[in-house]
Amino acid sequence: MLRTNRAADIEKVFAKYPTKRSAVMPLLYLAQAEYGYCSPEAIREVAELCELDPTEVKSVTGFYTMFNESPTGKVILDVCDDLPCALRGADAFMAHCESRLGIKAGETTADGKFTLRSAMCLAACNRAPLLQANGDYHYDLTPESFDKLIDELGK
Amino acid sequence: MADLINLTIDGVALAVPKGMLIVDAAKTIEKDIPVFCYHPKLKPVGLCRMCLVEVGTPKIDPATKQIVKDEAGATVIAWQPKLTTACTTPVSEGMSVRTQSKPVIDAREDVLEFLLTSHPLDCPVCDKGGECPLQNLTLAHGPAVSRYDYADKQHNDKHAPLGDLMFIDRERCIQCARCIRFQDDIADDHVLQFHNRGRAEEVITFSTPGFDSYFGGNTSDICPVGALTTADFRFKGRPWELKTAASVCGHCAVGCNTALNTRLNTRTGVREIKRVMPRQNEQVNEIWLCDKGRYGHHFTHAANRLTHPLIRKDGALQEATWESALQLISDKLKTVPGQKVVGVIGDRLATEDAWLFGRLMTDVIGAAPAFVSPRTASAYADVARAAGLGADADFKALGKGDVIVVVNGDVEEQAPVWFLRLRQAVVDRGAKLIVAHHRSTKMHRYAAGIARFAPGAAAQWVAGQPAELAALKDARNAVIVFGDEKLSGHNARALAQSLAHALAEAGHADKPNSGLVPLYPHGNTQGVCDAVDPSRGAMPESADVAWLAGVGDPADAPRAGFTIVSELFLTPLAAAADVVLPAAAPAEREGSYTSGDLRAQRFWPAHPAHGESRPDWWAFQEVARRMGKDWSFGGPEAIFAALAAAHPAYNGLSYAGLAAVKPQWPMVGRAEVNFGGTVYDNTAGLGARTARVPVGGAAEAPVEPTLADLTRPEPALYRAGDLIRHSAVLAGRLV
Amino acid sequence: MAKHLLLRDLDIPNIREIEVYQANDGYAAWHKAVTTMKGEDVLGIVKDAGLRGRGGAGFPAGLKWSFIPKDVFPKYVVVNGDESEPGTFKDHQLIRGNPHQVIEGTALCAFAIGSNLAYIYLRGEFSEPGKALEKALDEAYAKGMLGKNLFGTNYSLDIRVHYGAGAYICGEESALLESLEGRIGQPRLKPPFPATNGLYNKPTVINNVETLANVPLIVHNGAAWYKAMGTEKSTGVKLFSVSGHVKNPGNYELELGKFSIQDLLDMAGGSSTGRPIKAVLPAGSSSPIIPAANFGAKLDYESMGTIGSVLGSCSFIFMDDSVNMVWAARKMIRFFKHESCGKCTPCREGTNWALKLYNKMLSGEGGKADIDLIADVNKQIIGKCFCPLGEFATSSMTFTLKHFKQDYIDFVEKKMGGSPEFLAELARDAHATHGGH
Ligand SMILES: Cc1cc2nc3c(=O)[nH]c(=O)nc-3n(C[C@H](O)[C@H](O)[C@H](O)COP(=O)(O)O)c2cc1C
Ligand code: SF4
Ligand code: FES
Repeated sequence: MLRTNRAADIEKVFAKYPTKRSAVMPLLYLAQAEYGYCSPEAIREVAELCELDPTEVKSVTGFYTMFNESPTGKVILDVCDDLPCALRGADAFMAHCESRLGIKAGETTADGKFTLRSAMCLAACNRAPLLQANGDYHYDLTPESFDKLIDELGK
Repeated sequence: MADLINLTIDGVALAVPKGMLIVDAAKTIEKDIPVFCYHPKLKPVGLCRMCLVEVGTPKIDPATKQIVKDEAGATVIAWQPKLTTACTTPVSEGMSVRTQSKPVIDAREDVLEFLLTSHPLDCPVCDKGGECPLQNLTLAHGPAVSRYDYADKQHNDKHAPLGDLMFIDRERCIQCARCIRFQDDIADDHVLQFHNRGRAEEVITFSTPGFDSYFGGNTSDICPVGALTTADFRFKGRPWELKTAASVCGHCAVGCNTALNTRLNTRTGVREIKRVMPRQNEQVNEIWLCDKGRYGHHFTHAANRLTHPLIRKDGALQEATWESALQLISDKLKTVPGQKVVGVIGDRLATEDAWLFGRLMTDVIGAAPAFVSPRTASAYADVARAAGLGADADFKALGKGDVIVVVNGDVEEQAPVWFLRLRQAVVDRGAKLIVAHHRSTKMHRYAAGIARFAPGAAAQWVAGQPAELAALKDARNAVIVFGDEKLSGHNARALAQSLAHALAEAGHADKPNSGLVPLYPHGNTQGVCDAVDPSRGAMPESADVAWLAGVGDPADAPRAGFTIVSELFLTPLAAAADVVLPAAAPAEREGSYTSGDLRAQRFWPAHPAHGESRPDWWAFQEVARRMGKDWSFGGPEAIFAALAAAHPAYNGLSYAGLAAVKPQWPMVGRAEVNFGGTVYDNTAGLGARTARVPVGGAAEAPVEPTLADLTRPEPALYRAGDLIRHSAVLAGRLV
Repeated sequence: MAKHLLLRDLDIPNIREIEVYQANDGYAAWHKAVTTMKGEDVLGIVKDAGLRGRGGAGFPAGLKWSFIPKDVFPKYVVVNGDESEPGTFKDHQLIRGNPHQVIEGTALCAFAIGSNLAYIYLRGEFSEPGKALEKALDEAYAKGMLGKNLFGTNYSLDIRVHYGAGAYICGEESALLESLEGRIGQPRLKPPFPATNGLYNKPTVINNVETLANVPLIVHNGAAWYKAMGTEKSTGVKLFSVSGHVKNPGNYELELGKFSIQDLLDMAGGSSTGRPIKAVLPAGSSSPIIPAANFGAKLDYESMGTIGSVLGSCSFIFMDDSVNMVWAARKMIRFFKHESCGKCTPCREGTNWALKLYNKMLSGEGGKADIDLIADVNKQIIGKCFCPLGEFATSSMTFTLKHFKQDYIDFVEKKMGGSPEFLAELARDAHATHGGH
């Protein structure tokens, strides 16, 4: 239970805002960290904490791409293939990612370690090709450095 | 009229109140600017972009700050370069609007073509077909052909349940958010929201149970496409096959105006109610209904409706003719002394039934005045009659400066549409709300002041002159809504008296928009009590003859040697009776009800009566005639006239007068489905307020509640044991 | 430029640490303001300096602050760090490299309007750079730069960080406020504007990260000093995010109006592919594309307007002549379709339809009629949307069609669609993006 396992964090979040509702997104991040994704139970818990109807919380998880409504791999790889990155080879790089992981973008590896996604611009276009692995940037990637990264993250 | 704004729309000059939106201003001169997201009862959002028009304002010379005139002396209009949404733009002085220019016409076609890229072409099988704004507006303003590749249409869930009462067709939805906005801003149940975004945006519910709201059915009325359908009506008929009769909901004291849509079942030859729709009455329900009113109609066609009179023979009830039943009753009554006859009438019957029943008991049979069931409510109806709302009262006029007090009542559970309207008075218009109860209710969310008392101690709380009621003193108007939860009749009466006293003390006794509003259990508690002037004494332990007309609670029935029951069904009381008279259901006859806020309103038959069932007043008259009384009322109209002549609350009113209408704002209703939804306009009558009638006698002191009082269940909208248990769709919600 | 004013991390190692920042005049303006000045004095200096918003629209910052009613409390400052316009990465570098200057600018803005609480809204993807900002905030609190009764006065200020969760529309100020209030990021109807009815329906200033990063220097050095840089109407310095086919992509800090697009391209080392540069998007995907012929235009708000484009957020995406604009426009439409919030019809349905048409082109099934249809659908969106996002989406169509119609014709005539690369790209798109958007 979020309320018991993350009590201190929850308190900190609520202290940041004058309304409980504003805590929805930070609490969903907590819930996602706790449960791996925004599960129906997580949504109901956050709703209860924020004194909202679960529908309102579900609406939020549905709108924002960073809230996952179904389970993902342990590491989410968001590879930017938006225009600026694509001008610097992101599409070919993405093709490499797919073949290295043996999945298509949008899928999760069979061992549950990696979810590969295509991302819209990640605001680091000068360092393309790039990706975020669970939110951490990895810049100036090549097929070789990607493979190394996967070896490391996959450990 | 300083607050009028002058403008021209398509060259037509008009003056409308300040603050009015262009789209409404156009409506006043019967110009339709097409809309989807806009709804006159909802806050404008301007998201569908259907209502784009050209708007210009008087050109101002930057140097002189004067309005520029042309050679002819006419004001030069500076037209805005972009089209503007008429639904979000208030009128301004000298404004000019074009609703028929080429850019406007093109924009409508563009927006419609966009909407249709995602909308299926399933009108032939869509419940909304025939009363669909999208269909209508496409015909009127849409492109002749779409250049969108039909094979490329997005496919979404069709017929997806949103809980047990509503279904959504996600392909048909045009994302206008009317349903979500209704639930958020009017019902305050945030159980519908958008999920996902962009083209993938769709309406969902994630509540338990799904779409958990008492008002969900309204969303299907205001949905401008066939996306939202009720579990009750979907696939039950096409709009053009339906006939309509005006009616009034009898399920609670609000008295919502309804339209009963019936359809002839050609196989059985029976015309049946297929759906109950709201009928606009801005002073009663505006254009809303609660789901109990909407779905609670199935009792009319229940399989166990009584179709013939029954007479007990050899220990068993057997079918009989009316003639034999009526003869048996009058013969019996002639043989017993009047004082040994007890009449009890339920508060669901029409006022006209009650008037005749009352006269039958006292004038014909010579019995004591009849009792009204439920006894608790009938104990204070005269107090409520004396201190009720004034003639021009309207919850919509309540706002800043006014005080609303809710005592011992759960407005949402007991009078749902009042909940909507009172909530808006508080939340949107700034009336001050004080809630006093022994437990929490939804109304507590909006309260500026909250008082608590022990269960059953409401009257004691008022008697203690609580500080919370001091707010009444400074109020412009004061409305006190009260309920009889956990109260005996005596204590409920004491509560009503003390509240009436508090109102009078604070100077509100004679104000038109002030008064007491009781949360009666049913739609005609007030009317029945008015007409019968019920006994408030103890029910006799036993009687020679008891006549129970529409009595639901066995506790309200005396033991008697011979029992007559007038009923719709073979209830436990009917099953134990000696004679059972089959009553026509409200939808099968005419009559009037008087609501908790003292409005008398008429209802009309929607279809023929089941079997040989007859209106109750008819049976009462027939018995009276057999007992030598020369009654010859042709129907409710004549009975109402007699009541109006005799009863000061109804003096001056006529049955025909209750059917009078006048124009209402906003303009919604059948001809306006595009604008207001599938609500019906009111051509049958807005009803009329009945008058306050002073009541004598000193205030009684409350007594300690008994265990029986305290163990009575809380009021709940879907409390089973009511007529609504015949509505299968509501099965999952009964408590 | 010898010394940077905003990207000071390039000149001063470790300026992200508060000691280093303070040793370089950091928080001096803040201390001076709180202890010796009135809010309206700070506001006056910023107004005089002519600082314009750096988030895109270029609205004068001081003027915006002056709209805040004096007598309504509380008031809020919200810093826009959503930075999601493709090609923009300046705020990213600021919050990572020079976070205290952002904090000090935010603080000065709050003081100027009499607010005691500011939120910095970072896009959710900035959790990592956000840590640098949060660490800097902790330092600022520890050093008494933020918190209660600052420097012994009765003025208190809190600054808190809020993360979005992946939605470009939350860069639009009213959608951002919705998001900060815990709702889906759909823009609000205006009027009323945030200046009167902003966060929690209270008066609110919303400024871009970079806008506010200018403020400490302005207050420290005076309006005249700042105004001496740039042009009369476009004063001061600006960050330019340069990406695409250039040798040295990155952020460049330049005085406004002193350099041309060509100068910027040269500073970035020119074409990285050896092929001539064909065009540039000056403000990310949402801006009107500029053909190389117009690269002489000066980098200020007015000059960019005269060549039919905008300075916007200054994210220059250079493209060489190997790029066919049908492909480029499709990437952009894909972005807008993905980011359309769904609120209004033209944007929701129009971007969806347009993307389908571009996909048809890339798949090789498009014909000349589809070019006309793209133009028509585009025209159908223009001028009808609820917020600028839908209009932004049309730029990619309007201006590629205007300047590079031949690319579209070539694409069809030379049967460029249906190549394995394009088909692979389309296949990936069909199910790659998260959330099913
Ligand atoms: C669709 C859309 C996206 C936007 N994205 C951003 C953004 O990421 N960052 C930003 O500072 N402003 C963005 N803006 C502009 C903001 O609405 C707002 O004008 C700005 O934050 C004001 O700050 P400024 O005056 O300091 O520039 C965006 C506007 C729109 C319409
Ligand atoms: S379901 Fe109907 S009312 Fe609700 S958003 Fe869709 S079209 Fe509008
Ligand atoms: S935008 Fe005006 S009716 Fe929808």
